[in-house]
Amino acid sequence: MTITDMFWIFLKTFIAVNVLLLHVAYVVYFERKVIGHMQARLGPMRVGWHGLLQPIADFLKLFFKEDIIPANADKPIFYIAPVIGVISAVSSLAVIPLWKNFSIANLNIGILYMLALSSVGAYSVILAGWASNSKYSFLGGLRSSAQVISYEISMGLSLVGVMMMSSSANLSDIVRAQSGHWFIFSQPVACLIFVMSAIAETNRAPFDLPEAETELVAGYATEYSGMRFGLFFMAEYAGMFIMSALGTICFLGGWNGPDFGIFAGVPKIVWLLLKIYGCIFFYFWIRATLPRYRYDQLMSLGWKIFIPLALANIVVTGLIKILWK
Amino acid sequence: MSTPQLFFAYFAVMMTGLSLMVVTRKNPVHSVLYMLILFAHIAALYLFLNAEFLAAIQIIIYAGAILVLFLFVIMMLNLRKEETEKRFQKQWPLGIGIGVVLAVFLIMIVGKIAVIAPLGPYSIDAVRSDGHIMTVGKVLYSEFLLPFEIASLILLVAVVGAVVLAKRKIE
Repeated sequence: MTITDMFWIFLKTFIAVNVLLLHVAYVVYFERKVIGHMQARLGPMRVGWHGLLQPIADFLKLFFKEDIIPANADKPIFYIAPVIGVISAVSSLAVIPLWKNFSIANLNIGILYMLALSSVGAYSVILAGWASNSKYSFLGGLRSSAQVISYEISMGLSLVGVMMMSSSANLSDIVRAQSGHWFIFSQPVACLIFVMSAIAETNRAPFDLPEAETELVAGYATEYSGMRFGLFFMAEYAGMFIMSALGTICFLGGWNGPDFGIFAGVPKIVWLLLKIYGCIFFYFWIRATLPRYRYDQLMSLGWKIFIPLALANIVVTGLIKILWK
Repeated sequence: MSTPQLFFAYFAVMMTGLSLMVVTRKNPVHSVLYMLILFAHIAALYLFLNAEFLAAIQIIIYAGAILVLFLFVIMMLNLRKEETEKRFQKQWPLGIGIGVVLAVFLIMIVGKIAVIAPLGPYSIDAVRSDGHIMTVGKVLYSEFLLPFEIASLILLVAVVGAVVLAKRKIE
């Protein structure tokens, strides 16, 4: 590896991380606006034009707030838990191909890498719940660990169908395999399972039981304040962005877009980002529409419906692939 | 020392040190966390050997599933009492003595063993051209089909056993 290669990797990382962090800030704004309008409110309006500077104001507030640590907390783990969450969410970005030939690391095991990082991200919630030494945090942590393990299985299995269709686990190859048709049409069952599992994996409504505010205050984040709480917030929204990107790449054709007429000149990344925004909007739409699940319903849905369905999908895909030849 | 040797030395030393940390911590949650770092190092060692698929699986299965289950069980048990009690039994000096003797013996013998196996068809280049997942899959489902099925049968037995134990009443 020469110095120029290193320089390019650093530059790409710098661009990708900055784009992600800016997105995270404005995804929060987008969510408040979307949900506000869905509930016939205006959402943030005060800071800047239509509240456009609200995320910056929120960030400044969180940054300067006092950082309170409970007396009986396990301090090192309490400190490190939110950091694990942010690191695992941000480093997933390394394998996402933003457009043709632009991914920081073009790994052959791209999908597996993303799954591995999302399972490491689960530690941040579990450890935060345990280290806070508080009932609510602890219950939130336990719920999250069980939920994330269960839904990780169905998510991994649903992506096996995609890997079989494209004969590769490399995310760039998966996008290239979709230049004809998107996998949402040939793998509709896998897509449905992936969407549900991604919502459960990122602890979002209607599967946001680890932080169910009506019963657990704020779940695992109850004892956190100031910037540490901000890090959790960042990890959650970055996780949503990453999951949307993974869904876009695996099912919605990634950077592929219309290639004729006036669309031909549009840079490919625009299509990818538009699809990702669509997925994120879907997250908010579901949150504003559906009530929260009960915990035992969530677990039986995962184990008794999604996992068998995903396994059946693999078998059917394999059969069709053999018979088609 | 060349760079690969330096890398290996780092991982070997760290893995030994982390394993010691795992067994000597008073708080079982801390032990599990040291084990997590240890698994990350093992995965890095796999990467170092060009086995990227194994590295990913190491993280997904061991760090992502098995260790989370460990944590889950440890958190459910209330182990606050264990933290205040003495960590080791009285026999620990004897244990260390035997360990040191064994270590010296192994160090003396390790230079004299040379394992020379014939090189198989799966060289690094061959694996690269087919892709790791495809190579592992092909070998598992053809050459090693029987051991693979036996392993999955053993796991199935364990699952059935767990279900039987967890079920309160069996009609």
